[in-house]
Amino acid sequence: MAEKTAVRGRPQSVPELLARNVAQFGSKPAYREKEFGIWQSWTWREAADEIESIALGFLALGAAEGDHIAIIGRNRPALYWSMVAAMKIGAVPVPLYQDASAEEMAYVVDHSGARFTICGDQEQVDKVIEVQETVKCVEHIIYQDPRGLRKYDHTTLHALSDIQGEGRAARVRLMPELERREGKLEYDDTCVMLYTSGTTGKPKGVVLSNRNVIETAKNSSEFDHLRPSEDILAYLPMAWVGDFIFSIGQAYWTGFCTNCPESADTMMTDLREIGPTYYFAPPRVFETQLTNVMIRMEDAGKFKKRLFDKYMAHAKKVGPAILDGKPVSMGDRIKYWIGDKLIYGPLKNTLGFSRVRVGYTAGEAIGPEIFEFYRSLGINLKQLYGQTEATVFITAQPDGEVRADTVGVPSPGVEIKIAENGEIFYRSPGTFVEYYKNPESTADTKDAEGWVATGDAGFFEEETGHLRIIDRAKDVGQMADGSLFAPKYVENKLKFYPDILEAVVFGNGRNRCTAFINIDLTAVGNWAERNNIAYGSYQELAQHPRVLNTIQEHVETVNKSLANDEMLSGCQIHRFLILHKELDADDGEMTRTRKVRRKIIEEKFHDLITALYDGSDEIYTETEVTYEDGRKGKIKATLQIRDAAVIEDTAHTRVAAE
Amino acid sequence: MNQMATDSTITEDGRTIGGVMMEMRNITLRFGGVVAIKDISFDIREGEIRAIIGPNGAGKSSMLNVISGFYHPQEGEVWYHGARRKAMKPYQVARQGIARTFQNIALFDGMSVLDNIMTGRINHMSSSFLDQAIWWGKAQREEVEHRRKAEEIIDFLEIQAIRKTPVGRLPYGLKKRVELARALVAEPKLLLLDEPMAGMNVEEKEDMSRFILDVNDEFGTTIALIEHDMGVVMDLSDRVVVMDYGKKIGDGSPDEVRQNQEVIDAYLGVAHD
Repeated sequence: MAEKTAVRGRPQSVPELLARNVAQFGSKPAYREKEFGIWQSWTWREAADEIESIALGFLALGAAEGDHIAIIGRNRPALYWSMVAAMKIGAVPVPLYQDASAEEMAYVVDHSGARFTICGDQEQVDKVIEVQETVKCVEHIIYQDPRGLRKYDHTTLHALSDIQGEGRAARVRLMPELERREGKLEYDDTCVMLYTSGTTGKPKGVVLSNRNVIETAKNSSEFDHLRPSEDILAYLPMAWVGDFIFSIGQAYWTGFCTNCPESADTMMTDLREIGPTYYFAPPRVFETQLTNVMIRMEDAGKFKKRLFDKYMAHAKKVGPAILDGKPVSMGDRIKYWIGDKLIYGPLKNTLGFSRVRVGYTAGEAIGPEIFEFYRSLGINLKQLYGQTEATVFITAQPDGEVRADTVGVPSPGVEIKIAENGEIFYRSPGTFVEYYKNPESTADTKDAEGWVATGDAGFFEEETGHLRIIDRAKDVGQMADGSLFAPKYVENKLKFYPDILEAVVFGNGRNRCTAFINIDLTAVGNWAERNNIAYGSYQELAQHPRVLNTIQEHVETVNKSLANDEMLSGCQIHRFLILHKELDADDGEMTRTRKVRRKIIEEKFHDLITALYDGSDEIYTETEVTYEDGRKGKIKATLQIRDAAVIEDTAHTRVAAE
Repeated sequence: MNQMATDSTITEDGRTIGGVMMEMRNITLRFGGVVAIKDISFDIREGEIRAIIGPNGAGKSSMLNVISGFYHPQEGEVWYHGARRKAMKPYQVARQGIARTFQNIALFDGMSVLDNIMTGRINHMSSSFLDQAIWWGKAQREEVEHRRKAEEIIDFLEIQAIRKTPVGRLPYGLKKRVELARALVAEPKLLLLDEPMAGMNVEEKEDMSRFILDVNDEFGTTIALIEHDMGVVMDLSDRVVVMDYGKKIGDGSPDEVRQNQEVIDAYLGVAHD
């Protein structure tokens, strides 16, 4: 292995990177996981040994080159090892979303033709067994956590530790085969297959090669000067390309340590204990944390509250400038230093951000206030823009050039062009190989020269060269009067209010815009408690007149800011309602990465949309919901519909008149 | 081998139920003039989930208290592992491998979940009081061992997130789970659960049922439980004893019990002459 690397100049596959890391950082921690209340750790050498035994175990079970191995479970070292072990034997790891229902899982398992599935626990095993009723490709199920599985029929069911044991026992016999397969891995061989979350239609299997993963990991690690001493917390779904690039791509390229939380519920505690230096979260996580901080400050004593407000105001004023290395007066710096000792430092510590050197948010637009809040504390939070097909990175913000409304400059090695209709195209070493078993879609997305359509519309700012995203290109439409309709842009503006969890704006081809709103139960519930508003359920709270009033104010403020924008003033919201249920991936209304599925919502709630446009004041509706365990139920509610004030500005009337 | 074959049976779901572990013979318990339990006999077999059901005031909790050594019956004998048990203090019973949870949660509210669970290890501690006070030698080594056991149970019952939370701040459902954890950490052979699901919502009941089955399955612990929710009892247990007014009115598999007229009368109520 080492000789081959030497001949070719640099590692050609993830398993080769592993071998290099063992040679270079052998006794440095590669993985940590909190279990039994203690952080257990594995060095690169120990991890490589575990990976080898899993790979040998796969061989003992008869895994062939080119097989697909599905991996389903929460972030745990053993599951990451299984992925690399799959690569070692020339198979393709396919991580799947662990919260997917059996039905959703059936499609991807069938599509990938996985012969093996690795499950984290009984819950996932049960789902795969259910999937097996309709999908015949799965031959072996391997599980990590044996709990509750003792009584199951073990003819084709294996404990991961057992197959590792079998692999170790057969080491002498199987090692030549493993070495042969590993030695054959080429730069352009498939490294991993990741399914897109499927905002529209069925998920597509994005095939990424070793080249895609390694080049991207190398470029992005250099861009942010990542070092072997970094610590990351792996808590985002393993099926998501970002987690793959951070926890495997970059971790193997730079040799840093991947830490896995004890359980989903302990994430915040584990975050604080590890204190990652490189951190990634979707805007929602930052929003939730900020909401929690604000709620707790509301309950704090008067003195503390005043101190907090005073210094946070100062941080807002000078914090981002200090972070960007811009000139700040000595007095302000001293005051910021005091604030850091009294407020910012302890707050960062509580949030687990004391050691963060580089933080990223992506996936959705982040509210400017939220973004500024973290930056003002001195946390180097940046934005990036990417997608699965690009192996994440398309653009990213360099240190010192961070703004809330752009997504940065093209990442190293990425070329970008903007089509006439505003759609963004890119070409990069990370550009995916193909959609698995779907040449038509591949051809639609990637042209002969390697340019990939992102489906997003945007433009480069002339002064700074930063990219700004307007909306999903296919969501951008026209109102009946011909003015621009950009729902996502408006929804994001609404979602920046902590009270509003989700918003869906309608208006394509119509003469006015309307909206569905989801309230945030944590924020609104806390507000209700402080104002002595009694409520029995989510529905009741959502329809409370005072909640409606607050949301109406938010909508009207958004309308005001839209009125100032010449292009988008037509998107002001005329009428809105607050939904009686939270939009949920289990009901198919959102993707597993929590992106709104417009089509499905439009179909499912067509009665509500009709009511928004026919002028009625309220509407009675029944909606089918799916509970976590797959059972279905119905909720009934009468929803109020409110009119919001809009500002008829001159720009808009002019457009309309033309 | 032949002996084993006659003694043990295998359930439909593949668990092995062994020979008789505990036998109650003609137990009568009186409080002054009140007869709480009247001449009741039944047995608990190794590895089974045995339910005791009955309307309010039937004497179920009293029966559990007899098993755990808290009450001493005026008449009758308790046989445990083939030997007659003398009148014992509850702590002596606990040392024999019997642990329990309470109908009204009996945890230390001010202590953390972890500390509460650690108290369950008391019967496994052998270092001297002095060693423990200065945390020296054997006490130190022991503590590591006990903590490991406690953490295994915390992991098993999925309560990692509340490990350091004071019990008093927890909702009811979780307190019940912590109590179960404290009983389990004692590594009991026989676990007595007094209404483990009282006051829970459907989801919490499902979770708790899952845990009870898992405990039985994973650790092979024999479980005797009292429960009001008939659905839960029928789903969980291998055999059911039915009590009414201190008397045993039924004993058998859930299906047999369900069809027993006396049981139906006791539950649905009949006019008393």
